[in-house]
Amino acid sequence: MPAVSLTVNGKPVTVDVDPRTLLVQLLRENLRLTGTHVGCDTSQCGACVVHVNGKAIKSCTMLALTADGANVLTIEGLAPSATELHPMQAAFREHHGLQCGFCTPGMIMTAVDMVNRRGNDLDDKTIRKELEGNLCRCTGYHNIVKAIAAGAKSMGSGGGAQQAAE
Amino acid sequence: MSATGIGAAVRRKEDFRFITGKGQYTDDVSRPGETRAVFVRSPHAHARIRSIDATAAKSLPGVLAVLTGAELAADKIGNLICGWMIHSKDGSPMKMAPHPAIAAGKACHVGDPVAVVVAETLAQARDGAEKVAVDYEVLPAVADPVKAQAKGAPQIHEVAPNNTIYQWHLGDAKAVDAAIQSAKHVTRFDVVNNRLVPNAVEPRAAIGEYDTGSDSYVLWNTTQNPHVARLVISAFVGVAPEHKLRVIAPDVGGGFGSKIFIYPEEVVCLWASKKIGGRPVKWVSERSEAFLADAHGRDHVTHAEMAFDADGKITGLKVKTVANLGGYMSTFSSSIPTYLYATLLSGQYEIPAIYCEVDAVYTNTVPVDAYRGAGRPEATFVVERLVEVAARELGADPADLRKKNFIKKFPHQTPVIMNYDAGDYQASLKKAIEVANVKEFGKRKRESARNGKLRGLGYSAYIEACGIAPSAAVGSLGAGVGLWESAEIRVNPTGSVEVLTGSHQHGQGHETTFAQVVSERLGIPIENVSVIHGDTDKVQFGMGTYGSRSGAVGLSAVVKALEKVEAKAKKVASHLLEAAENDIVFKDGKFTVAGTDKSAAWGDVTLHAYIAHKFSGQELEPGLKEGAFYDPVNFTFPAGCHICEVEIDPDTGVVAVVGWTAVDDFGTVINPMIVEGQVHGGIAQGVGQALLEGAIYDTDGQLVTGSFMDYCMPRADNLPTYKVEMTVTKCPSNPLGIKGCGEAGAIAAPAAVINAITDAIGSEDVPMPATPQAVWAAIQKSNTGREAA
Repeated sequence: MPAVSLTVNGKPVTVDVDPRTLLVQLLRENLRLTGTHVGCDTSQCGACVVHVNGKAIKSCTMLALTADGANVLTIEGLAPSATELHPMQAAFREHHGLQCGFCTPGMIMTAVDMVNRRGNDLDDKTIRKELEGNLCRCTGYHNIVKAIAAGAKSMGSGGGAQQAAE
Repeated sequence: MSATGIGAAVRRKEDFRFITGKGQYTDDVSRPGETRAVFVRSPHAHARIRSIDATAAKSLPGVLAVLTGAELAADKIGNLICGWMIHSKDGSPMKMAPHPAIAAGKACHVGDPVAVVVAETLAQARDGAEKVAVDYEVLPAVADPVKAQAKGAPQIHEVAPNNTIYQWHLGDAKAVDAAIQSAKHVTRFDVVNNRLVPNAVEPRAAIGEYDTGSDSYVLWNTTQNPHVARLVISAFVGVAPEHKLRVIAPDVGGGFGSKIFIYPEEVVCLWASKKIGGRPVKWVSERSEAFLADAHGRDHVTHAEMAFDADGKITGLKVKTVANLGGYMSTFSSSIPTYLYATLLSGQYEIPAIYCEVDAVYTNTVPVDAYRGAGRPEATFVVERLVEVAARELGADPADLRKKNFIKKFPHQTPVIMNYDAGDYQASLKKAIEVANVKEFGKRKRESARNGKLRGLGYSAYIEACGIAPSAAVGSLGAGVGLWESAEIRVNPTGSVEVLTGSHQHGQGHETTFAQVVSERLGIPIENVSVIHGDTDKVQFGMGTYGSRSGAVGLSAVVKALEKVEAKAKKVASHLLEAAENDIVFKDGKFTVAGTDKSAAWGDVTLHAYIAHKFSGQELEPGLKEGAFYDPVNFTFPAGCHICEVEIDPDTGVVAVVGWTAVDDFGTVINPMIVEGQVHGGIAQGVGQALLEGAIYDTDGQLVTGSFMDYCMPRADNLPTYKVEMTVTKCPSNPLGIKGCGEAGAIAAPAAVINAITDAIGSEDVPMPATPQAVWAAIQKSNTGREAA
């Protein structure tokens, strides 16, 4: 089985994989990073979104072998430390932008990428359009949009880590 | 109201694991020695299985077993069941066809499992499944429920001539016919309530584990009701005795009803685990597999007539529905188009006579069962479209026509079993009109017209029956189970509390809301309250979560248990404080001797309950742990008014939902943030049904909309920002006054959307989903042209 070497959440890893292995499978099964989820088989739902070399990618639509040499960031690597939250994570909690939580890691990763590309001042229309690659069945999107707008602002005001209170 | 008590918008305790990717959903669980299962599914809608040749599959590397329906039957594994008996008009019982977990004689729908391959890895199991050779004799199929009853239609199950499962009715046919005969005006209406696929974002999954050492089983499953699954799998399917089967529902990513039912896959994983010598067998649904394996929703064909007198008062309602239940009867399927549908046909109105006939039929399609709203969206659509169309036919204002017919005195006995306990429908309508600024709709309509667009406004004044349900009542209607709920409150010596609830959360936030109630009642910090659910080894038997029942029924059980805890704690305190029990006052987490300044803190009393130094075992048992089973005394009746505003481009038929107002009466609200979230999500699903979604079968029984490519799921830019408000009439039948809120949005929304579109284009000829093509076609057909640009 061919080997693939990549950096995941700052850690270098090398894994032997069946060539058919998808990046999401490598993350979930080989590396046991189960925060990235699989919700569909046609690349529509966005539950599998991670960042590859700084860009949001649907990890279900990428073969693990093609991630050789890449820098991958998953939801598990987003928070600055075990006791702090990334401002976008904190915003999702503050604004009730999640219910069952299954689409949430993909939503948050997409949201962070949205801010990286479109800045910190995101209006309703922009956020909704930018979310066309992410499905949520629980929230009706209303609070997700609010959370992303707030998280975007927070990321801009140098609002770094937030205390991860339970 | 405290910052963390009833009524507070407490941020959720459970969020941390979800936002950091540390949730534990069934597929995240990895069991030692785990194998993977892939099902071989029929590509034909209707076919006899002549033979299955697994030789090639078995020879592939890593394949451990290929199992078929023949082996399942040889091991005497019982069939899946429908647990709600419905009788036809002639008294005969519903025709429940055998439903084995793996089809043996024939396949009855595309996706019907005909074999399972178990292998070391998923890739090996998939390769194995491709190599299983099934020899089918393809039979003619029928997917349409009306065609299924017609002469000459393919007969699917021997037990059901004309594919008819039951022909049921409710109400007074004579009285309704008389009302229609003598009516001043009758509005008539034909509608298809479109078939939907629930599509929770987490696909279904199961891990079946047999342990050879203890001869016992563990099932990890994406279920909304672990104890019910355990009961059905043990008592009816017979895979394992109940006391040797543990069912764990860890984090579950949405259900909406689709994860209530006991499906073939979890049964097979448990059975297969023992067959391969006691290794865990994991199955995870693929999305296009889910389209063929998860219960679908809705799929009614209805003709309805509403009679009015000269004053515009409704005098009668007659409804005939053909309900498609699919290839087999799913667990609760029979009840959805009967007792969860016809009993809501009175809507919010005083209707003296109602008669409803329902024919349930088999077709060669995926089984149909409860999906958010379960029967009530179908009922609301019939009633609210009829009332709106009638208003147009009578030249009346749709709000005024509703007001004229509203029930104003409670309790109100409807002609269809339900007795509405409390409500104020005028209040919700009035508030909705205010918040939606209906007054200035005309201005907005003219502005839209100037931009070449058609603008419409539609009402939906819905009511539903939830807080399912009083056990004896549903028993008398055919339910095989009671619908009470359980709770146990375990107070620890150090004063922290565990709430073990039979309810189950898959997005509803019980770990927070249940803790809010307990924290407020006991006067202890919310951080000191844990809510535990989902594991039959930990939690006493519970009926699970669906039918908007966790607040009304689940929390009522919690309150009853709390009352027992308080009573016992006071006894302990009386010993501790050396006072008479009647003199002990418990308030804000402190026990005081009335009229004195002698007191004991919660933590002291709880500790003393367990160290038991201050009382003898004869006077009082040590410990502080109390349970309760709560059986509701009535259904609850959330109700409200939604107003939808749309703007339509007549050149393309594209409908934009530009405004949504929801005014709902849910009685007492524990956490308004969570309740609003439930309304948002329900509205989205209702808008999805009205504008975007639809499971379509071709005449060969092939599911044409078989993935997210062809089945259109609502996205963020299909939906507006919602205005959600509440009015409150407390529910008189449970201790906290809760009505429930989980399904309301999905129940109200479709009628509001279609009422708005038909208002905009001046034609009633709009199906669901009202796709751009359908709306454009309706515009072309109708007389309303575009106003001068």
